[in-house]
Amino acid sequence: MDYGRSERPAGAAPLPTAIKILIAGGFGVGKTTLVGAVSETRPLRTEEVLTETGIGIDDLSGVEEKTTTTVAMDFGRITLSDDLVLYLFGTPGQDRFWFVWDELALGAIGAVVLADTRRLADCFPSIDYFEGRGTPFVVAVNCFEGAKQYRLDEVQGALDLDPEVPVVLCDARKRESVKEVLITLLEYAMKLREERRRAVGD
Amino acid sequence: MTGQGETAEHEWVDDHAGPVVRPYAVTGGRARPVTGTFDLISLVTATRAEVGSESGLGPEHVAIVGLCQRIQSVAEIAAHLDLPVGTVRVLLGDLAARSLVQVREPRATPAGLPDDSVFEAVINGLRAL
Ligand SMILES: Nc1nc2c(ncn2[C@@H]2O[C@H](COP(=O)(O)OP(=O)(O)O)[C@@H](O)[C@H]2O)c(=O)[nH]1
Ligand SMILES: [Mg+2]
Repeated sequence: MDYGRSERPAGAAPLPTAIKILIAGGFGVGKTTLVGAVSETRPLRTEEVLTETGIGIDDLSGVEEKTTTTVAMDFGRITLSDDLVLYLFGTPGQDRFWFVWDELALGAIGAVVLADTRRLADCFPSIDYFEGRGTPFVVAVNCFEGAKQYRLDEVQGALDLDPEVPVVLCDARKRESVKEVLITLLEYAMKLREERRRAVGD
Repeated sequence: MTGQGETAEHEWVDDHAGPVVRPYAVTGGRARPVTGTFDLISLVTATRAEVGSESGLGPEHVAIVGLCQRIQSVAEIAAHLDLPVGTVRVLLGDLAARSLVQVREPRATPAGLPDDSVFEAVINGLRAL
């Protein structure tokens, strides 16, 4: 896996650093909309083909294995500079796709959990997952028309969140709003890193 | 057979109703790449402007080299070629073994995360968007 040794055309610019943020939440909560609002192209879709038993992503061990499931992920790219590219991945919501989440969460700098106050319970699995993994996350309440407006502290209480976890309002269709959510996540993730570093007396 | 339901969600994404390619046919039944792990956001660039019909390379390999004239992530390659990610990993392994692509795995500290400067650069980059 050491690509550092592979040849690179003389004088070619080094490849940029790529990082990813996950966008999680229940079906229809606005994940794809959010990705599209801030990405440089329309959301792309990629698929993992999985066996129904779901042992592992690459365990398609033989042609006799016929029962396969396709898990689709929507994602978008934001080129931040010549040497930095951010990818946003909308994660599939169902519990039985945890192993896809594991792959997505590996190396992710954080996650946005989108919540719809009309169906708050839909984001419980995402919150449980990121809490369990220690992945920094923020909760963004996507404000649909006609939804009763709750105060953010009410949402925080209903989700039984650590009081440190930022809860913000957003409009997943609006670029500026989504930018704010992402910046909130990054600042929170940095703060958590600092705290964790201090906790180990580093 | 398109195999694609026309839902509102599909209108959002960049898929197209091409024939579904059987992944096994493309990889010759192989499930794993000969080399490399290929994270979804590993970045790939071609080391050559094009490849001819070298032995063992199929049209999908050639298509990847074409796509990767511009830097692409593994996820983007899969999306543009309409192939499952696992299949693309196998094809990329073949190309990496021949040094036809250069791959950059995501930068990470031993803990598996990017370093502080990356966080700051992302915040500044987002503000400037
Ligand atoms: N009113 C309103 N509609 C939204 C908002 N975000 C998404 N939608 C709509 O909700 C539907 C589902 O959004 P989508 O992004 O596909 O949800 P996903 O399943 O989480 O990816 C779409 O019809 C969107 O246009 C929002 O902030 N406000
Ligand atoms: Mg979606």
